[in-house]
Amino acid sequence: MPLLEIRNVTRRFGTLTAIDRVTLSIEAGEFFTLLGPSGCGKTTLLRMIAGFDAPDAGSIFLDGRDLADKPPEQRPVHTVFQSYALFPHMSVARNVAFPLQMAKKPPEEIAAKVKQALAEVHLEDKGASYPHELSGGQKQRVALARALVTRPRMLLLDEPLGALDAKLREQMEIELISLQRDVGITFVFVTHAQPEALALSHRIAVMRDGRVEQMDTPSRLYGFPANRFVADFIGNCNMLPATVSEATPHGLRLAVGALGEVAAPPAERARAGQAGVLALRPEQVHIVAANAAHELKNHFAGRVRDFLYIGDVTTYVVELENGTRIEALLANSAPGRARFFEVDEPVKVAWRHDAGIFLLD
Amino acid sequence: MNRSGWLWAPSLAVYAFLYVPLAIVVLFSFNDSRLSAEWVGFTLDWYRKLATDDAMLAAARNSLLIALTAALIATVLGTMAGIAMHRYRIRGLTFLVLTPVAMPEILLGVSLLVFFIQVLNLTLGLVSVLVAHITFCIGFVAIIVRARLAGMDESIFEAARDLGATPWQSFRLVTLPLIMPAVTAGALMSFTLSIDDFVITFFTAGVGVSTLPLQIFTMIKVAVTPEVNAVSTLLMLVTLTLIVLASRVAPDALKGRT
Ligand SMILES: Nc1ncnc2c1ncn2[C@@H]1O[C@H](COP(=O)(O)OP(=O)(O)OP(=O)(O)O)[C@@H](O)[C@H]1O
Ligand SMILES: [Mg+2]
Repeated sequence: MPLLEIRNVTRRFGTLTAIDRVTLSIEAGEFFTLLGPSGCGKTTLLRMIAGFDAPDAGSIFLDGRDLADKPPEQRPVHTVFQSYALFPHMSVARNVAFPLQMAKKPPEEIAAKVKQALAEVHLEDKGASYPHELSGGQKQRVALARALVTRPRMLLLDEPLGALDAKLREQMEIELISLQRDVGITFVFVTHAQPEALALSHRIAVMRDGRVEQMDTPSRLYGFPANRFVADFIGNCNMLPATVSEATPHGLRLAVGALGEVAAPPAERARAGQAGVLALRPEQVHIVAANAAHELKNHFAGRVRDFLYIGDVTTYVVELENGTRIEALLANSAPGRARFFEVDEPVKVAWRHDAGIFLLD
Repeated sequence: MNRSGWLWAPSLAVYAFLYVPLAIVVLFSFNDSRLSAEWVGFTLDWYRKLATDDAMLAAARNSLLIALTAALIATVLGTMAGIAMHRYRIRGLTFLVLTPVAMPEILLGVSLLVFFIQVLNLTLGLVSVLVAHITFCIGFVAIIVRARLAGMDESIFEAARDLGATPWQSFRLVTLPLIMPAVTAGALMSFTLSIDDFVITFFTAGVGVSTLPLQIFTMIKVAVTPEVNAVSTLLMLVTLTLIVLASRVAPDALKGRT
């Protein structure tokens, strides 16, 4: 039985449907992420799990029990808020002790657990400090310690890293992963930053306009996006409008605009004559000098229009002879890599016949 | 004098205009002369006389009783109103609570008088004054409490519930401590407003009951004696102390932390 089950949940605000018949289930011990652009309903869904808001239709089950008439304080679920929501009039230790006191634990147990929880987030020496004396990252850790100290069944995190700078964010991401593994508590994590989602999650639900577009592991979402929205939202993608000219179990032949014939891996529902896009990740596209030898089936000549040097990789924007632009990624450590390509330099782009994925419109 | 001289002079004049009369009242309350026209010498006679003036003492007792009770009740009700205004954002409620604050005092006095006599058929006295004072104090408390709440992160209160607090625990352990500066400021403010209110008290007190401001008014109808100066000085002292106290806690009422 899944730990959390959301069945056909709908939430409307006036005429706006913030959550539209969402169904999903989350297993115990999972690091589950709700990912989607701003306004897609992530916070609304989380607030309904926590009990701050109620569905207009559908139900939410925890451990097989309907949560409908359980107020927030009776749900074994704790939230880490984006603004941390620490109690400003209480010391760090009293903040962390709060949920234990509410659960009427004996004082010795409270003291021991607070100590342990602060140790888990590396804040052993901050117990006596007040929230306004802490840095953003430290506040974040106190919020985590406070939410985890009673070992709830599930932790809800609403963009908990949103207010941190890039470096600290990365550090906290790593800490979150190991914390989740150590305590074994189910995390439901909300973010609109896809790299964060990919890095942290066991499974991701990609949301748009109140609906779940696709739900899968990070690598399957990245490798096999179900539609254009997911392909575009998760990572970068070249989208080449194409029509199916031949579909066999071994692969597709696509007519890609003015490029002509392109070979693509098989797609289950594709039939000859259908229109869609060929979604190609930049790292699937090779870039080679115009006169270089190649053995790939799909190859096209073009010129470098632009490039973006990022350090470990360089992204090239190549304009093909017919005007189509394709992004290609080249690792700067690639073997035999002698030089960079310059703007306007004639090059060739190529990709394997089984690269990319054809998505129907 | 530098360039801001043109600002300095008028503000000095304004302050002088405000404080010189007050200073004179204080000064002449210590003047050893019945006709308070010129300084004769220092004395505490007028204060001694006050201490034996039964009417004055009774008025002072009434004033204190009314101010304390009104402040207490208005603070409780005003805090509830402020929280309700913040939480439910009902327009009508805000309007209802704030009207007595903005209403000209004389209007409030007259309407309360009519209400007490013609609608409730109440005999005017301590109770009617008390109710009247509570009415106009609630609004002040509510405004201050709401201002404090408006500056706070809503998720703090949700966090309390989320972590296992019942609505009542969440109020007692989180909301109340956080709005405490505003509540205290509201209470001090109510006490000050009540103890020196004249107009509304005048309309709602009836014949039997007197308060300090009413008593002072009765006395100066006869003559401005040094005794009036003395009681005014004492009243000023009480009010000033409370205002200073309130402003010590109030600026914080608008900030996010205690
Ligand atoms: N209390 C409310 N009243 C009216 N509309 C609301 C309310 N809460 C949310 N909405 C609307 O519902 C939609 C979803 O909001 P939600 O906060 O869940 O988005 P989100 O995915 O969390 O976005 P973000 O990434 O910006 O936090 C938005 O269009 C929002 O305006
Ligand atoms: Mg949100």
